[in-house]
Amino acid sequence: MTSGIRFDAVSVAYGDTTVLDALTLTVEPGEVMALLGPSGSGKTTALRTVAGFVRPRSGRVHIGDRDVTDLPPYKRGIGMVVQQYALFPHLRVDENVAFGLKARKHPRAEIPGRVAEALEMTGMAAYARRHPRELSGGQQQRVAIARALAIRPDVLLLDEPLSALDAQLRSGMLAELARLHRELPDVSILYVTHDQVEALTLADRIAVMDRARLQDCGTPQELYRRPRTEFTASFVGNANLLPVRVTAGGAELAGTALELPTDGAAPGSSATLCVRPHLVGLGAGPNALTGRIAEVQWRGATHRLYVDVGGHRVKADVRELRETPPLGSEVTLHFAPEDAVLLAAGVNDG
Amino acid sequence: MASATTSTAAPARPAAARRERSRTVPGWVWALPPVAVLGLVFLYPLGLVVQESLAPGAYASVFASASFRDALLTTVWLALGATVGCLVLGFVLALIVAFVPFPGAKAVSRFIDVFLSFPSFLITLALLFVYGTVGMANGLWTGATGAAEGPFHFLTTPWGVLLAEITYFTPFVMRPLLAAFSQLDTAQLEVASSLGARPARIVRRVILPEALPALAAGGSLVLVMCLNEFGIVLFTGAKGVTTLPMLVYSKAILESDYAAACVVAVVNVAISVGLYGLYRVVSKRAGA
Repeated sequence: MTSGIRFDAVSVAYGDTTVLDALTLTVEPGEVMALLGPSGSGKTTALRTVAGFVRPRSGRVHIGDRDVTDLPPYKRGIGMVVQQYALFPHLRVDENVAFGLKARKHPRAEIPGRVAEALEMTGMAAYARRHPRELSGGQQQRVAIARALAIRPDVLLLDEPLSALDAQLRSGMLAELARLHRELPDVSILYVTHDQVEALTLADRIAVMDRARLQDCGTPQELYRRPRTEFTASFVGNANLLPVRVTAGGAELAGTALELPTDGAAPGSSATLCVRPHLVGLGAGPNALTGRIAEVQWRGATHRLYVDVGGHRVKADVRELRETPPLGSEVTLHFAPEDAVLLAAGVNDG
Repeated sequence: MASATTSTAAPARPAAARRERSRTVPGWVWALPPVAVLGLVFLYPLGLVVQESLAPGAYASVFASASFRDALLTTVWLALGATVGCLVLGFVLALIVAFVPFPGAKAVSRFIDVFLSFPSFLITLALLFVYGTVGMANGLWTGATGAAEGPFHFLTTPWGVLLAEITYFTPFVMRPLLAAFSQLDTAQLEVASSLGARPARIVRRVILPEALPALAAGGSLVLVMCLNEFGIVLFTGAKGVTTLPMLVYSKAILESDYAAACVVAVVNVAISVGLYGLYRVVSKRAGA
């Protein structure tokens, strides 16, 4: 049996409300696919259709070469880790990890070895005899991962697995998950998150979702550097999105001619200029934009400047300034032509 | 300065004096009135019952009688049977109400709360309407077959009492169970299912262990209540079904044998208090 997940036009609705709209997406064998989006975007619903907890109104779900749409969850052969760990409180750590093996009626003699292997992999071997209540949040999450891995699933579903952890633990667990994936290269992982850092760090590809629909899909680099929709540009990296008119050599923003690749956009048409705040520099340079400082935020290593340019608010993340410009003062911003992307108007409609 | 001190100290004096006086009254004095009332209306009569039971030869005579042994046996098996029945039925019904989505599940849950306030004889009365000698079931049978009487006569047997007690006391098991189930993280059930566990295994290995304290608490409560149940046994009119409370009634009211009635009552109280103590321990562990 091969791993991998395939959604074929999967729709889910509760009454008249569509919570997942014709999702078509393939997670390749061994791939980490992040479903990224805000609350209510349909990402968790998509994961739950794979797990079997939500029945699609239409469309089919495949795991490997099997159509699992009509299979109950216990026959799907998946591992699952959820936000609040969901460890069984009355069972010890090793019993929790052995749960799936016993449920699948693995030979009794093999179970201790498999449990030890999973606990070793997640660094929890020393805690095998403890109960979940005796563990920290990060340790409980490791046990939850060990429990999911012990059954050697073809597909691992991770539903906001790091949301309940503090920032430092989350960073450590991200590295752990990346290491685990390197050790288990055949396991396909569907990773649901609303945190772009988790998605960018861990995923081979990211599917961006909004309002029950797939908005964009690509590698983290593609989505970050060449977003296809305004939503992606905004949600992944919080880009500047400025309305421009396409010209022969680039675009025009509030009367200022800008030089940038138009990717075949018709001169005279409306478009949205997308440029990342950290790629906007302070001072003279190519594609200079002059405006007035509206707000300055100190962020430790950087300053974020909010500059009003011809009625549009432009964000610029610049290296920490020795002297911050006073509010209302005139400044010049610039960006390199290759750092900008033109998004056709209306592309955000999904 | 002196006058200021005087003027501010003067109004404070009565309050301070009151506080001082109240400090001189020992705390136990305040407990005397409620203890006196309690003693007068409850403990004294209870003491009289115990005193009456200590009449020479009363215990030996009662313990030697077959009617007492039968009543004790009947009381215990009925209470144990009803408790087991309530636990099984209550667990299954609570599982359905809590985990099987169906329209009106919340209304059922609320009705259980209301059911707890019903008097026990009401349930017995309802069962009499259905299964009594001239009840609906027998009426339908005689109407359909032309027979002189219907086949349902179990209500006046110990099984009728058992059915009535299970019917009445099952919600007392369901209530703590539903409270426990509401605390259960449904993600545990989903994860268990994704790991390959079928529903029966999930119930056995995930839900049941979490529900054990609530089951124990509900079961202990039902056991105690069944041991003392009088109304249901009386209303079914079950001949030959004599429980300890019924024996107290017949000894005291029908035979005017107060010493024997008091002995039986003391035994009943001792069993109930012992089980209540067990219930408290279990409830404490369950956090109920």
